[in-house]
Amino acid sequence: MRISLFITCYNDTLFPKTGQSVVRVLERLGHTVDFPADQTCCGQMHFNTGYQQEALPLVRRMTEVFRDAEIICAPSSSCVALIREQYQKLAESSGDASLIAAVNEFVPKVYEFSELLVQKLGVEDVGAYYPHRVTYHASCHLLRGLKAADLQLRLLRNVRAIELVPLEEMDVCCGFGGTFSIKNPDVSAAMLADKMKAVLNTRAEICTAGDNSCLMHIEGGLHRLRTGVRTVHLAEILASTEAGEP
Amino acid sequence: MADNARNTKEIILSRIRAANGDTAATVFAPSPERDWQALPRAYQRKGELGSAERVQLFAERMEDYNASVSHSDEVGLRQAISDALNKRGKEIIVVPNGFPEEFLPLGVRVIHEDGFDAAASAERENVITLCTVAIAATGTVVLQHGVGEGERRLSLLPDYHLCIVRESQIKEAVPEAMDVFANSATRPTTFISGPSATSDIEMTRIKGVHGPRFLDVIIVR
Amino acid sequence: MTVRVADAASAAKFPILANGLVEDSQIRQNVRHATNVIQNKRARVVAEQHDWQQLRESASKIKEHTLQYLDRYLEEFESACIRAGGQVHWAIDADDANRIIVGLMQNAIEKNGWTREVIKVKTMTSDEIGLNHALKAAGIQPHETDLADMIIQLGEDKPSHIVVPALHKNRTQVREIFARKMGLPELGEKPQDLTDAARNYLRDKFEKVKIGFSGANYLIAETGGVCVVESEGNGRMCLTLPEMLITVAGIEKVIPRQQDLEVFLQLLPRSATGERMNPYNTLWTGVHEGDGPREFHIVLLDNGRSSILADKESRQTLHCIRCGACLNACPVYSRTGGHAYGSIYAGPIGAILTPQLQSMKHSQSLPFASSLCGACYEVCPVRINIPDVLLHLRGKVVERQQNSLSRGVSIEAVAMKAAAFIYAHPRLYTLGQKFARVAQKVLVRKGWIHWLPGMLGGWTAVRDVKQLPDEPFREWWAKREAAKRDEPMEKSYGG
Repeated sequence: MRISLFITCYNDTLFPKTGQSVVRVLERLGHTVDFPADQTCCGQMHFNTGYQQEALPLVRRMTEVFRDAEIICAPSSSCVALIREQYQKLAESSGDASLIAAVNEFVPKVYEFSELLVQKLGVEDVGAYYPHRVTYHASCHLLRGLKAADLQLRLLRNVRAIELVPLEEMDVCCGFGGTFSIKNPDVSAAMLADKMKAVLNTRAEICTAGDNSCLMHIEGGLHRLRTGVRTVHLAEILASTEAGEP
Repeated sequence: MADNARNTKEIILSRIRAANGDTAATVFAPSPERDWQALPRAYQRKGELGSAERVQLFAERMEDYNASVSHSDEVGLRQAISDALNKRGKEIIVVPNGFPEEFLPLGVRVIHEDGFDAAASAERENVITLCTVAIAATGTVVLQHGVGEGERRLSLLPDYHLCIVRESQIKEAVPEAMDVFANSATRPTTFISGPSATSDIEMTRIKGVHGPRFLDVIIVR
Repeated sequence: MTVRVADAASAAKFPILANGLVEDSQIRQNVRHATNVIQNKRARVVAEQHDWQQLRESASKIKEHTLQYLDRYLEEFESACIRAGGQVHWAIDADDANRIIVGLMQNAIEKNGWTREVIKVKTMTSDEIGLNHALKAAGIQPHETDLADMIIQLGEDKPSHIVVPALHKNRTQVREIFARKMGLPELGEKPQDLTDAARNYLRDKFEKVKIGFSGANYLIAETGGVCVVESEGNGRMCLTLPEMLITVAGIEKVIPRQQDLEVFLQLLPRSATGERMNPYNTLWTGVHEGDGPREFHIVLLDNGRSSILADKESRQTLHCIRCGACLNACPVYSRTGGHAYGSIYAGPIGAILTPQLQSMKHSQSLPFASSLCGACYEVCPVRINIPDVLLHLRGKVVERQQNSLSRGVSIEAVAMKAAAFIYAHPRLYTLGQKFARVAQKVLVRKGWIHWLPGMLGGWTAVRDVKQLPDEPFREWWAKREAAKRDEPMEKSYGG
């Protein structure tokens, strides 16, 4: 299949390896990936901070940039949740008929990476090899928005040589919440403290999740305290084989 | 003042109508009845347990509340009441109007509702009542304060409440229990599910702040 | 008309209040413990209820339907209540309500020669309108009779949770308050001792005070009935022993029919305290001959509710049945406690109700006091989509700020507009990426950044951030595509 990658603005800039990993996995499975280079941002930051009007043009851009796509894949459940839960409502509130039509055509094409693999491509074993002790955090948008946390666990369980350790309070928010982490840094840190405690209790070397937003926040704390534990996006684990890690 | 009051009511109602986008046309539209009838009710309205299981469930739930539960038939009820009172060391009992005299134990001082003096604390210690319906799933007895149930403060002020429940009065689920008194919905009604309790201090559940600290039940076949 | 939500209008912003509370080890301990206990209990009893989701669905639809016909149902309730001997009053705002309530009490006290006191059952609505202040100003002494509210009142404190308002207090603190205020220097410290002290202290009041005051959980339009849900028995005392009963209820408390109660009585106890049923529910209709108060008044309160109704997106806020489940599920609330919200209504519901009652004029920091994790929506028995409402309210706050005639424009608004512009222009965007990679160099130490300026400093106050990689994804992709284009000669020869 031809799969168009929506890398997301923050992955593009801060976590390019995640995007490279998605490409590697999909090509390994025999699919073609394209990357519409005009893409920038889905508008989540603006929408969630209350600047919904400013997000509208970004919504329109997304539908235009991906006009020719058949299947769109994003390694970020928060962006996909925004698209799935808010795009149509936002378009409707604008009253712009052409935007409404464009959004209605766009939204059903969008998949989060693990949704694409398991539900669309029917694959739970992507031939990965990752000899590390890993624990998994279920990001809120994946768990409650997309209701797909189970998919990511299934993909992880099929990774060869992985030692998967359950994370206590896996389903409790890590405390990132976008601009929440900056506007309410103390509460965000308090939530992070509990998430780090749970991660450290697993004695895992690596904490993984399907969202670099959560991981950036968790690793920021783990590194500040020199815990020696790091975070790796799910896609990078799935891209790893005996030949090496991304 | 009355005019002011009418004004406030009209102001609030007109705000509500404006908020709902009601125009003069819709104000005279048909009542909400049809829409209410169409509301989804896919929850369980009736229980599925057989009668023996239902009675057992009710007894278990009451015991969860530390209520003492005993069983009897009509013939043995007077004795069962006497036993329950003995077990708790009760020698005085307050009895509601209309409570069947034939079940009252001998050897216990009986105070009738009409002679009930709330201020005399010794008298207030223990009360016995019938009930209107009981709910097995939640361990609840419902009083509508009619015959044999006593006015509301009768089952409130004493420290000990003994409630007589017929097996036929026990329903499994809340909705079917409430159906039983649907036609007397405007009577004063009290749902009692165990003795009074609070968890306000360090989340430790403590029994009996106000209201009876002890609740016992006799289930009559 | 001036809406009042206790003193929320003058409260400090959430981040400021929260930052202090996050560092209070006793609050952290108590709030965590309390919310954990109730959450676990709730989970057990909800798992038992196989038709839980169907009950939620019905409850949500009943509330939605009621709001649509709210005017009809309120009028129906009024007629039925009056027919049953009750008296119905309407109050547009907090001051109006207080004036009515104090007036009723004054008249009755003067006419009958009663003592100037009232016994009260827990109701947040009373705190919302500031009734106790108004009573004291009129020389009438209110006695709170809920154990937690008594603790708060005697300790001259503020409540911090909808269902367990004194959860921030330890037993030693409670003991100290009771010993001092009740004159019990020998008082023991066990919760049982404290509860016994409360029982004795209030018994006297219950039997002597002639006026009772309550809130209401449900008003039943069909019958004119009022339902109060409680645990301790003080509700039954205040509702049946006094000569006169006054009840205040928000207009959103009405439900259409007696039958609808069967839904809410299953949802509320399990959500609020994790019990299959709370100890006592009292349902009364007007005045009952020979049983209970001889005079019953109910005050129907607007105080901003009708304006919430006008917002189609957020009117679902009025579905709330005040169970507190969202507070217990909220990772933000469980780390700060209720005082952080500066309002009687705290936690997720507080974050949407408090500002809306005040027409978004105050408490504007509350919609942002959330990481949008959605745990609240999952547990809400009436399916209020709190995250959606939070997002909607954030938009309203921003809109208000942008429309206000203040001189300056906020830095955030400028930054947001700049970001939107950059995102709309891919070439600017890639330029921005390059610029950031260069600008960061001065901040990077061994691959990480430990300090960021301005607003972004909130991040580095408690976290590090990895440096921007040298090559963003799009550049890697472009190079890969270019490399492929350079290979075609070999490929087309069947390589």
